[in-house]
Amino acid sequence: MVVERRYIGEKAKRVEDHRLLIGEARYLDDIKLPGMLHAVFIRSSYAHAKILKISVDAAKKISGVYKIITAKELSNNNVSDRLPLAFPSGLLHSSAMPKILAENEVLYVGEPIAIILAKNRFIAEDAAAEVEVEYSPLDPISDARIGCKQNSVKASLCCTSNVMKKFSVTSVSVSQDKKIVQTAGSFREKFTIHRGKASPMETRGIIVKPDAFGEKLSVWASSQLTHELRNTIAETLGVQAGNIDVKACDIGGGFGCKFMVYSEEICVAAVAKFLGVTVKWAEDRYEHFLSAIQERDQFWDVQVDYDKAGKILKIKGSMLHDQGAYAPHSITVPYNSASSVIGPYKIPHYELKVSVVRTNKPPVIPVRGAGYPQGTFVVERIMDKIALELGLDRLKVRSINLINKDDMPFMTGLKNRAGVDVVYDSGDYQKCQDLALKEFYKNDFCRNTADNIATGVGFAHAVKCTGRGPFESATVRIGADGHIEVFTGAVAIGQGTKTTLAQICGEILQVNYETINIVCGDTSKIEYGLGAFGSRQAMLAGSAVRAASMAVKEKILNVASQFLTKDYSISFANHQKEIFLQDGEVCVEGRKDVRISFKEISLSLRGSAGYSFPNNMDVGLEATHFFRTDKMAYSNAFHICAVEVCIKTGFVKLKKYLAVQDSGKIINPLTAEGQVHGGIVHGIGNALYEKMQYDDEAQPLTTTFADYLLPTSTEVPNIDVIFNETPSPLNPLGAKGVGEASVPPVAPAIISAIENALNEYNIRITEAPITPVRILELIEASKANTIST
Amino acid sequence: MDSTSCKVKFKLNDKNVDGEIDPRITLLEFIRNYKNLTGTHAGCEHGVCGACTVLVDGKAVRSCLLFAVQLNGQNVETVENLSKNNSLSDLQRNFWEYHGLQCGFCTPGILMSLTEFFRVNESCTERDIVELLSGHLCRCTGYSNIIKATIAYAKDREILVDGS
Repeated sequence: MVVERRYIGEKAKRVEDHRLLIGEARYLDDIKLPGMLHAVFIRSSYAHAKILKISVDAAKKISGVYKIITAKELSNNNVSDRLPLAFPSGLLHSSAMPKILAENEVLYVGEPIAIILAKNRFIAEDAAAEVEVEYSPLDPISDARIGCKQNSVKASLCCTSNVMKKFSVTSVSVSQDKKIVQTAGSFREKFTIHRGKASPMETRGIIVKPDAFGEKLSVWASSQLTHELRNTIAETLGVQAGNIDVKACDIGGGFGCKFMVYSEEICVAAVAKFLGVTVKWAEDRYEHFLSAIQERDQFWDVQVDYDKAGKILKIKGSMLHDQGAYAPHSITVPYNSASSVIGPYKIPHYELKVSVVRTNKPPVIPVRGAGYPQGTFVVERIMDKIALELGLDRLKVRSINLINKDDMPFMTGLKNRAGVDVVYDSGDYQKCQDLALKEFYKNDFCRNTADNIATGVGFAHAVKCTGRGPFESATVRIGADGHIEVFTGAVAIGQGTKTTLAQICGEILQVNYETINIVCGDTSKIEYGLGAFGSRQAMLAGSAVRAASMAVKEKILNVASQFLTKDYSISFANHQKEIFLQDGEVCVEGRKDVRISFKEISLSLRGSAGYSFPNNMDVGLEATHFFRTDKMAYSNAFHICAVEVCIKTGFVKLKKYLAVQDSGKIINPLTAEGQVHGGIVHGIGNALYEKMQYDDEAQPLTTTFADYLLPTSTEVPNIDVIFNETPSPLNPLGAKGVGEASVPPVAPAIISAIENALNEYNIRITEAPITPVRILELIEASKANTIST
Repeated sequence: MDSTSCKVKFKLNDKNVDGEIDPRITLLEFIRNYKNLTGTHAGCEHGVCGACTVLVDGKAVRSCLLFAVQLNGQNVETVENLSKNNSLSDLQRNFWEYHGLQCGFCTPGILMSLTEFFRVNESCTERDIVELLSGHLCRCTGYSNIIKATIAYAKDREILVDGS
């Protein structure tokens, strides 16, 4: 009896872990190459200033210092002065892209000005201390609310307005508009939402090694997008892309902050190339706090109309987005935020005017969740407010507004950034809500009955777009030694991508998934790829691996049947039914004596001069597939939690947390659950702890993990995760994205619970994160209000 | 060797270390770049994240906050010492089975803290484990499966007691 190997949908243990557990992983900073120099950047100490003079003479004299390079030397060596546009031209001015090195003007604290190369990092830092930069300080913009005013000082000398872009996101349902619906009430509310840093435990870094002839560059990077890094190095340095190989090392997390080609990376590649030396830049945590990307402040002001049943009739308003000094990913974050307000709800009329404001802070690009947590926060807070105003149940207000499963696929009426209709592919939002409620109240939590402890329950829905295209790549190859290799443009940054892809390939080719070698993010192995972002790799790279594996399987069966006919005189009416794959061999139903190994088939397709080649077959036991898609799959979630709030200290303790996630068909429930845990705890940070703070001069105040607080194990409650699997019709696996889909509901669920706990004070929370100090202020203000009235 | 070098002599993973180094070299830098044991990681280099945790005379310490020259006469253990012949120890195996790691960058430091914890404690509660782990930052796992893997290990060793 042949037992078929089934991996898709199974809790397959990870293929990545062994090396990581025994200390044998190779992260960027673990790589040492002969003669390698170490780079340290001189960074701006002002948020906004003119650079008058850079004196490097004293620094150069330090023994072990090799070179100090400024913008001038880069320009003398024909390196572009800015990163090339990473979005369609015309969307934003080219000054939205960061400079490789600042020459005349610095726009945020931490902006790179010069690069020092030395024998080791210690010496490079000694030299950095001796470099003198003379600045003429300019007024900085620290607050987007000030910067957006017409008469405000300018965040950059090159701009005439700090508003980099204005746009509207609108959705008006015609059918609803024709009906005359009685407005029962309306309110206007302002929200301030901050998201902070991605904070992977491994910081950024790159190693660039030129070859002996000065033609080729070998690059190792801690990056979520190796192909784009190769292409950008090629463009900025004027080198052919074919002469550059970029490899992803083991990567210690990304969460969005490595989904960008940084100035520092280009600078390192440039100096390595024109000086002909191998250079490593391994960023330290302080630099990371200063200069790696963030998501930061958004200021919302919305007017909401609703009917007497609690149904939303209209949401209309404006949002200011603090973009920082540059916009390397254009308007992705504010556009996503504005689009995500619709969430799982039917909102007949939605209109948001967005202003993207330049400030003197590090640039904003997507952090895990990519703007969705902010829009989700707004609409979920609105739901609670309507319930409060009408004296209705918070869940009922949500239910009455939810999109019905029978409405799928659902035309939201929104357009994406490319002007294409936003259509939700599938989902059953009410079912997720019902399932969560049922499970949450199965076992009650232990309640603290102390006088100063208030207990509350909160919840939130969210919908997250996942699986961004336009494609991802995979080559599946069986070598002449019989080993299976998979090459993909997907990048493994800790999510378990290699395991997921191995499961898919292993099931199709019927081999132990742990024996398959998955190579992610190596540009020398596959020409095209897009990388790790937008909760996409299981869907897109997974579908590509599936198709390539099936093509290889077909090739195996075809060649095997030729062998069987020739060598064993076995012929088939239907080879698909009578022969099957088992552990790297082709077997024949009822003929235990006959076996043909993948190795033999691979050898035959490698060809041998002077001998016969299988009929009608392409060379090589391999197949490449690019899974193309332009449509997004929409994951959704419903989270419910219980909190205790100490009314004396404002301290919030999470007591219980349950998440129902719908990410379509789950390929590996073990790793998918791990992703959900991580996303929820990131969300807990956004709800309660994480804030990048700046003073009025735009000087950062939170530059260590002692100032910028990540959640630790003691802040995390027991988290229950339930997957409701509504398959996506958009890919053959039925999968939707997992990685980001659990972040958006967290902050609104927790804050809803805090408000619920404090309902006797009648307070209203319209900000995230909410700190103990702010909770006490709200309680005090409420008490004062009660006394005065 | 330049004139500022200092002598160091200590044990690293049961091997003698004997030499002269610059006194400003941290234990972390020494382990990683002088001894090429790169399983110990630099996460923050200011003593908060715990990724660089090693054992010194059996006590878990942040190797980023110590100078190598402070170690004279002491015994240093790193993650490379936990598994014999490349096979996983019971604790490491639990991290694998319970999916207690994702990117793996924080993992070695956590394993070292837990190694001390389980050598020293004859019994522990779930709360003790959660408290101990709060000395480490992890951005991937949300701690849930790290806690589960560790509790399961304590149960297997029959040292877990009810804390309530």
